[in-house]
Amino acid sequence: MTSTAQPPPLVDALPTAEAEPPEQGGSRRRGGLTGYLLLLPATLWLLLFFVVPFYSLVATSLFDPSGSDFRGYEMTWEFGNYVDAVRDYWQPLLRSLWYGGLATLFCLVLGYVLAYAIAFKAGRWKNLLLVLVVAPFFTSFLVRTLSWKLILADDGFVVETLQFLHLLGDDGRLLATPVAVVAGLTYNFLPFMVLPLYASLEKIDPRLIEASGDLYANPFVGFFKVTWPLSLPGVVSGTLLTFIPAAGDFINAQLLGSPNQRMVGGVVQSLFTDANDYPAAGALSVIMMGGILMMVLVYVRRAGTEDLL
Amino acid sequence: MSQVAEQSPGGGAVPAAGEETAYDGLRLRQVTKRFGGFTAVETLDLDVPRGSFFALLGPSGCGKTTTLRMVAGLETPTSGAIELAGHDITYAKPYRRPVNTVFQNYALFPHLDIFENVAFGLRRRKRKDVADAVHRMLELVELESQAKKKPAQLSGGQQQRVALARALINEPEVLLLDEPLGALDLKLRRAMQIEIKRIQVEVGLTFVHVTHDQEEAMTMADTVAVMNAGVIEQMGAPAELYENPRSTFVANFLGQSNLIEGRVLRRDADVVSVDMQGITVSVPAARAHTDGDRGWVGIRPEKVLIGEPGEELDAPGNTIPGGVISDVSFVGVSTQYLVRMPWGQELQVFSQNTGRHRIFRHGEPVELSWRPEYAFLLDISQDAHAGAEEGEE
Repeated sequence: MTSTAQPPPLVDALPTAEAEPPEQGGSRRRGGLTGYLLLLPATLWLLLFFVVPFYSLVATSLFDPSGSDFRGYEMTWEFGNYVDAVRDYWQPLLRSLWYGGLATLFCLVLGYVLAYAIAFKAGRWKNLLLVLVVAPFFTSFLVRTLSWKLILADDGFVVETLQFLHLLGDDGRLLATPVAVVAGLTYNFLPFMVLPLYASLEKIDPRLIEASGDLYANPFVGFFKVTWPLSLPGVVSGTLLTFIPAAGDFINAQLLGSPNQRMVGGVVQSLFTDANDYPAAGALSVIMMGGILMMVLVYVRRAGTEDLL
Repeated sequence: MSQVAEQSPGGGAVPAAGEETAYDGLRLRQVTKRFGGFTAVETLDLDVPRGSFFALLGPSGCGKTTTLRMVAGLETPTSGAIELAGHDITYAKPYRRPVNTVFQNYALFPHLDIFENVAFGLRRRKRKDVADAVHRMLELVELESQAKKKPAQLSGGQQQRVALARALINEPEVLLLDEPLGALDLKLRRAMQIEIKRIQVEVGLTFVHVTHDQEEAMTMADTVAVMNAGVIEQMGAPAELYENPRSTFVANFLGQSNLIEGRVLRRDADVVSVDMQGITVSVPAARAHTDGDRGWVGIRPEKVLIGEPGEELDAPGNTIPGGVISDVSFVGVSTQYLVRMPWGQELQVFSQNTGRHRIFRHGEPVELSWRPEYAFLLDISQDAHAGAEEGEE
């Protein structure tokens, strides 16, 4: 690194030409169409698979709710659909955010421990453990959730053990409770938390942790002052990757819960397939989407890691 | 009596057993470190006097960094003890010992600004007036204006000074420097050497500096310990080590040496006479480090005088005739010659370009000479090339 092109003079009493760090994020201008051409595939992709369906969804949510499959729907700009959707389904809406949030929290705690162990303690088992984290994806989501139904079944060993320990009443059960739904969500989305966490923990220079120890931080303080802040990019992307699909999930609530644990995803699904109430389903979808988007924006802003994402 | 490094130039300080008085510096006793079957450090004894600038010098893999890490608490010795100011710290946790390290690649916290990096140690120890102390320290390393920047925004030399400030502010009993200048370019390295030396004098703390750069060690340290293969080969003041090396490794690793095989003819009280390829040369007894009847006669290239055959050379020693110049490199302040001797060996000669001599050309016949007091005699069983390659890094 030579010091030919120095940025504005740093006040520096040492009479030496110090090499400057390489410029970061410097945007280089390349004339012509190349940039636009390179953007074209992604733009087309987004147009085809995001803008068009999204337009269709928003349009549907504003159709006249008195329409049906037989008579067809009319666009009447029915903003009342949104009011109705909130009035009728505010419980599943809040429940979705609540269950999704809980599952994200559990994923974060479990996933952080796991990712930390893989990144720093696993040694030569690192790759094997990473494969094991991803291994459940080789089975269908549905099959895995169904097998949780067996694990948490009323005559299954988990329930029997908990009953034996009197943590659960004699007629207590796990299936059809929020516990089962949140457990299912946590299980299913754990890898989405572990992988980004692992990626950012693995990048941390172990010498930084040594340095914190050298500077009088015990391992506990060192973790919170060095490891945790440096893993925040992974925490943010992990929680987003977990929370967004978990809040929108309906399989876990349907297979492991009861109608009392219904989440928005389930409501939308039944509105579409059973009730054929497309406008209500569309409105609910848009509300959920907007809600999650708002929360994510606030969260990312609070975490102050926009540049790290 | 314990031999303190400064008092025993040229000798490895081996504390005598049974000594009771507390030593106020850093002391390593019989420290050994093994990694599996590999011995990184072998029964090392070392005394670093309080307030001194001590350099551990050696090629990579010689155990110097392991030694440093054991003092820092980042490694635990397999056996032996480490004492600091009279306290045994062998098994103390790193965050409990009054030792701070300037890491090889600085290991600055990338998420904290310069101020917080420097304040880190004080905050952990819940010190008051952190801001004042940090500003004073940043002033010392001349980085006050950079306090709000992140480490990635600074140049290598500035990061280096932040690392130094971050360690120094804690006023440790011992400051450890692990190849602190390794990542800097040559010019900056020279400037930082002077800078660090200035700061050491100013704060008066004990510095232990690990490096493979012999010039760096000699420029900065009061005492240099040359380490090779897990043991200390020789320890002493830089000039002492350079002028009177005790092993071929030190002779080659610190600068360059001509080593010529010879047979010991006579040992007098203060002079040893050696038959060197048919020419009798003498070596001061204090600089003869072998008891055998054969040895390596050593002479530094800049101590060798070169002249035309028959010319009066300004040296009372013997003239060694029959040399032929086989290589000439002109380096400005001096000219470096390779001279092929009648016995086939090529000797290095550095001649100052004072203007008194013309510069010889390739193939010219020359005579060599040197003052006997500059010669040294080493053990013939040692490898004449030991340390030569590592020293050229």
